[in-house]
Amino acid sequence: MMGSENQGFEEAHLYASKEEMENLVLDEPLNDNKSHSNYRSALSSLADTHHPLSPPVAATPADSDPLLAPPSYSDFGNPSIHDNSYLDPPSYADVTFSPFDGDTGNDINGIESPSKSSDNSGSLSRSPSSSSEYIKITVSNPQKEQETSNSLVPGGNTYVTYLITTRTNIPEFGASEFSVRRRFRDIVTLSDRLAESYRGYFVPPRPDKNVVESQVMQKQEFVEQRRVALEKYLRRLADHPVIRKSDELKVFLQVQGKLPLPTSTDVASRMLDGAAKLPKQLFGESAVAPHEIVQPAKGGRDLLRLFKELRQSMANDWGGSKPPVVEEDKEFLERKEKMHELEQQLSNASQQAESLVKAQQDMGETMGELGLAFIKLTKFENEEAMFNSQRVRAADMKGLATAAVKASRFYRELNAQTVKHLDTFHEYLGLMLSVNGAFSDRSSALLTVQTLISELDSLHSRAEKLESASSKIFGGDKSRIHKLEELKETIRVTEDAKNVAIREYERIKGLMLDDDGI
Amino acid sequence: MEPQQRSVSGSSQSPRSPSSQPFLSVSVTDPVKLGNGVQAYISYRVITKTNFPEYQGPEKIVIRRYSDFVWLRDRLFEKYKGIFIPPLPEKSAVEKFRFSAEFIEMRRQALDIFVNRIASHQELQQSEDLRTFLQADEEMMERLRSHETGIFKKKPADLMQIFKDVQSRVSDVVLGKEKPVEESNPEYEKLKNYVFELENHLAEAQKHAYRLVKRHRELGQSLSDFGKAAKLLGACEGNALGKAFSELGAKSETLSIKLQKEAHQLLMSFEEPLKDYVRAVQSIKATIAERANAFRQQCELAETIKLKEINLDKLMLTRSDKVGEAEIEYKELKAASEEATNRFETIVRLMNEEIVRFQEQKTVDMGIAFHEFAKGQARLANGIADAWRSLLPKLEVCSS
Repeated sequence: MMGSENQGFEEAHLYASKEEMENLVLDEPLNDNKSHSNYRSALSSLADTHHPLSPPVAATPADSDPLLAPPSYSDFGNPSIHDNSYLDPPSYADVTFSPFDGDTGNDINGIESPSKSSDNSGSLSRSPSSSSEYIKITVSNPQKEQETSNSLVPGGNTYVTYLITTRTNIPEFGASEFSVRRRFRDIVTLSDRLAESYRGYFVPPRPDKNVVESQVMQKQEFVEQRRVALEKYLRRLADHPVIRKSDELKVFLQVQGKLPLPTSTDVASRMLDGAAKLPKQLFGESAVAPHEIVQPAKGGRDLLRLFKELRQSMANDWGGSKPPVVEEDKEFLERKEKMHELEQQLSNASQQAESLVKAQQDMGETMGELGLAFIKLTKFENEEAMFNSQRVRAADMKGLATAAVKASRFYRELNAQTVKHLDTFHEYLGLMLSVNGAFSDRSSALLTVQTLISELDSLHSRAEKLESASSKIFGGDKSRIHKLEELKETIRVTEDAKNVAIREYERIKGLMLDDDGI
Repeated sequence: MEPQQRSVSGSSQSPRSPSSQPFLSVSVTDPVKLGNGVQAYISYRVITKTNFPEYQGPEKIVIRRYSDFVWLRDRLFEKYKGIFIPPLPEKSAVEKFRFSAEFIEMRRQALDIFVNRIASHQELQQSEDLRTFLQADEEMMERLRSHETGIFKKKPADLMQIFKDVQSRVSDVVLGKEKPVEESNPEYEKLKNYVFELENHLAEAQKHAYRLVKRHRELGQSLSDFGKAAKLLGACEGNALGKAFSELGAKSETLSIKLQKEAHQLLMSFEEPLKDYVRAVQSIKATIAERANAFRQQCELAETIKLKEINLDKLMLTRSDKVGEAEIEYKELKAASEEATNRFETIVRLMNEEIVRFQEQKTVDMGIAFHEFAKGQARLANGIADAWRSLLPKLEVCSS
């Protein structure tokens, strides 16, 4: 029975001391004899004003015990360097985070990639360069518009356009303020074009298409959500020191009227394209045009090239021999590893931030509901009161209820702030996407180089064989000679392609060495 | 031996000067888990200190289990009709298996309050059953407990059944089947309505209070997870930024602990009193049912007597030899009727006193509970604000 003492109590200090428990007889409140008689005298004097149960409790020493005067909360805040009374909703906004202030939108493009330790790391401050130049983009005024051209459904096919307003002092734009109307599809186009032109850079990812959400959500909410996302995206583009000067962005922001449609967006036509090319590729004209080398093999269109590159990557992984050009930059590999780790932790932190926000929200809600329940009780007791003690109790409850409702409001406020700040995690996660994109650009460029080199090797050896075979036959074998000619031509083209590919790879590599892909 | 503070007076009157006045103070302590598996139960040490003459001595310690408390409650309910017997914590067959420390502590606290309320009630404290409970040795207690269980045990369901019987009788009246057996006392009607509605309101408040406890726990957990994630993130970064993150994470974890503590506080000092209030109201409902019963008995006997009178007169007229028998019967009935009337009137009188006492008691109880709630929340908010505030200068260092 003796060990039982501990058994029953997990953490002794969490519970009231045993002594207190023994002294708990109901007609005497825990800490105070006074309150009891106060209460009695209050009853007898029929007063139901200021609640008698306000004993000075010794519990929190530093308290100037504001609980003595329930309504006035002004004695609460200990003045400190940073805050004003944190109970006033308006000033809460100024209270914290001043060191980190600054438009988070501008900071994300990470002139300093977060993991680089040589920077003045930790600073989310603005980029030091281009201090006087600015581009400010606003997205607003969503409007429904009708698809004018051939729609199968008459009167159907509406879409939303957004007004995109730009203010800038960059001379290349030729004007200081201008607007255009764009739809989401145009953003997709812009994003694709940028991905092509700026391979190897940290290109910010565009907002998701959110097909499911667009069906399920309320129209207004969805449009608003999209508007916000678009604005964020365009601002990030504008902050990117290289992309902000790009033609694609300029055209997007300035040129009135509809943007040219992207080339074959849908899978079907791409597949058709690819299928059409395939015979050509299989029956001899197997070279990939050099200018296309610069792009990664696109699904559907470059089937053969995809096959070859896939084979090459398998050979890299499983084959015994080392591929001709290898990713030897250890620093790059290390950085890639670090980025991966960072991305994981960011993702984790982002998730936890979300749960935290939810927990705070729940707390605020429940507190509010509690307050409401007590308000109802108060009303009830007051209506049905047959004794004065009931009125006293009702007054107590009202006090509690009011406080609870107020607290609930504060929680809501707190959460709004929390969301705003913790959202940074999400934004950084978005940045990780562009980093990953750049890394994979580099890998795919390398793979292309490797593939071409292997191909050249096999072409050369075929040529050799043909030569030695036809040299044995005097006068030459017409068909073989012809084949040889073709082969040599192919080799030349492939050689060119290889050079282009190597140049591209080196370019991307160069980007990474030098300011991490900016 | 726990040093017993000089006492808390044994009745609900104003505080008296200690030593000369009669006192009875009890504490329920030391929960110990005994037995195994399905048979497992908790035993408590019940310590009594008193100067009442009827008691065996100034101090006595016995071991009791939950069913003993139930026995006491049932006996008191039987004997003291009209008085609101203090409520017991729920039986809770499910939680019993887990026997979490929190559950045990909550139960112990509730049992302690239960006994003390009895000990401080002017009438109840005189009860012989109470004396037995506080002093009898364990074997005797066991005998009593198992003997009485079958006969007197009234589960709340039974009480409700009784009440429903009363209500169904009322509907019978409406359908014209029986004479009315409900009191036609408008003030009493008002009281009954009040009690029923009060229970609903209180139950809702208690539900939200319980949820609030849960929210505190969830928020605590979130802060802890978030803190850990922030620390891991800090490990990825280097130098000042990494440090900033790990400071943030550490603070978050500290706050998580505060929140868990507050959750527990909230449970014990706010939610539990609300639950107790609900139970008390349910006890009142049981008394209301008893009063209805007593009233009905009184009415039935009055009816029967009238019939017997008529019968007796008839017999006397016909000079039947059954007259003697009938007269005896009539006298017995008359006595029973008087008794029933007395019982009913006692209940009415007691209830009137009890209601006043109940309301006053509840006001005090809830006042304390609200006070504790406010204090706890204020303390928590201060703690949270302090923690974050103290983080700021550290973060500033990192960012400069």
